[in-house]
Amino acid sequence: MTTRIGVVTFPGSLDDTDALRAVRVAGGEPVALWHRETSLRQVDAVVLPGGFSYGDYLRCGAIARFSPVMETVVEQARAGLPVLGICNGFQVLCESHLLPGALTRNDHLHFVCRDQRLAVANAGTAWTRDYTEGQEITVPLKNGEGGYVADERTLDMLEAEGRVVLRYLGGNPNGSRRDIAGITNEAGNVVGLMPHPEHAVETLTGPTTDGLGFFTSALKTLVDAR
Amino acid sequence: MARVVVDVMLKPEILDPQGQAVQRALPRLGFTGISDVRQGKRFELDVEGPVDDAVLARVREMAETFLANTVIEDFTVRVEDGTPAGDARNGAPA
Repeated sequence: MTTRIGVVTFPGSLDDTDALRAVRVAGGEPVALWHRETSLRQVDAVVLPGGFSYGDYLRCGAIARFSPVMETVVEQARAGLPVLGICNGFQVLCESHLLPGALTRNDHLHFVCRDQRLAVANAGTAWTRDYTEGQEITVPLKNGEGGYVADERTLDMLEAEGRVVLRYLGGNPNGSRRDIAGITNEAGNVVGLMPHPEHAVETLTGPTTDGLGFFTSALKTLVDAR
Repeated sequence: MARVVVDVMLKPEILDPQGQAVQRALPRLGFTGISDVRQGKRFELDVEGPVDDAVLARVREMAETFLANTVIEDFTVRVEDGTPAGDARNGAPA
């Protein structure tokens, strides 16, 4: 029985095709989901891809949050459905309050596009169990509004509960508080990150294949849950 | 037709790199004496019918859930009574 991982396409999504491909390369069955449909087509997990949903109007992810598909994603994520938000998807997860904090304009105002070194800080989530804690990985990072912010109390809570999933290494690329590149919810099924693991799953096009672990992790989590 | 204005600003503790870039550009253009700039958003809502407490409550709810992200932004709501659409933009007091 194959494991079905859905990837949502919003108007303005860019990386949905790469995310679908990453699911397939990892050994799952990719399922395209459309923003206007409330049905998740019985997928076992959902990826919210990178891009500029609704043109980033109002705030990044602010309008996508109210799309029909997100009603179902939010409801099922609260019930344990594994959800990975990449870049714009991370912004959507924060706007949906599935994850705390917000993403703001890079402190230097420039769009960042580079291969980014990262440290895996939590290898226990549904999306990171194929890594080891402290493992260094390199995947592309590309964003204009990737500065992670939250109040000090929330940041302390995230650290105390081990909910920081990824940290930037070799210099902070966007002004994110405490070098945070990715976080998880309390249950560990919802993960949001600014870097793009779906662009690092094959050596032909990626700097590494370090990103594949996010997708194989979800597949393992889902097989074990059966 | 009454107009309700919602102003949204980043909270004081949130870095505003856009405002800083504007502030840094000012002296180059000959505008001196400005020590800080914060950039925000202004929403002008034309309301059908009279603006009563119920309407204002709905606008506040709209601002809280959608127009502003209260994790990083504050907002204010005010009524601009009987102001023709063009005037406020030309600097007339609200």
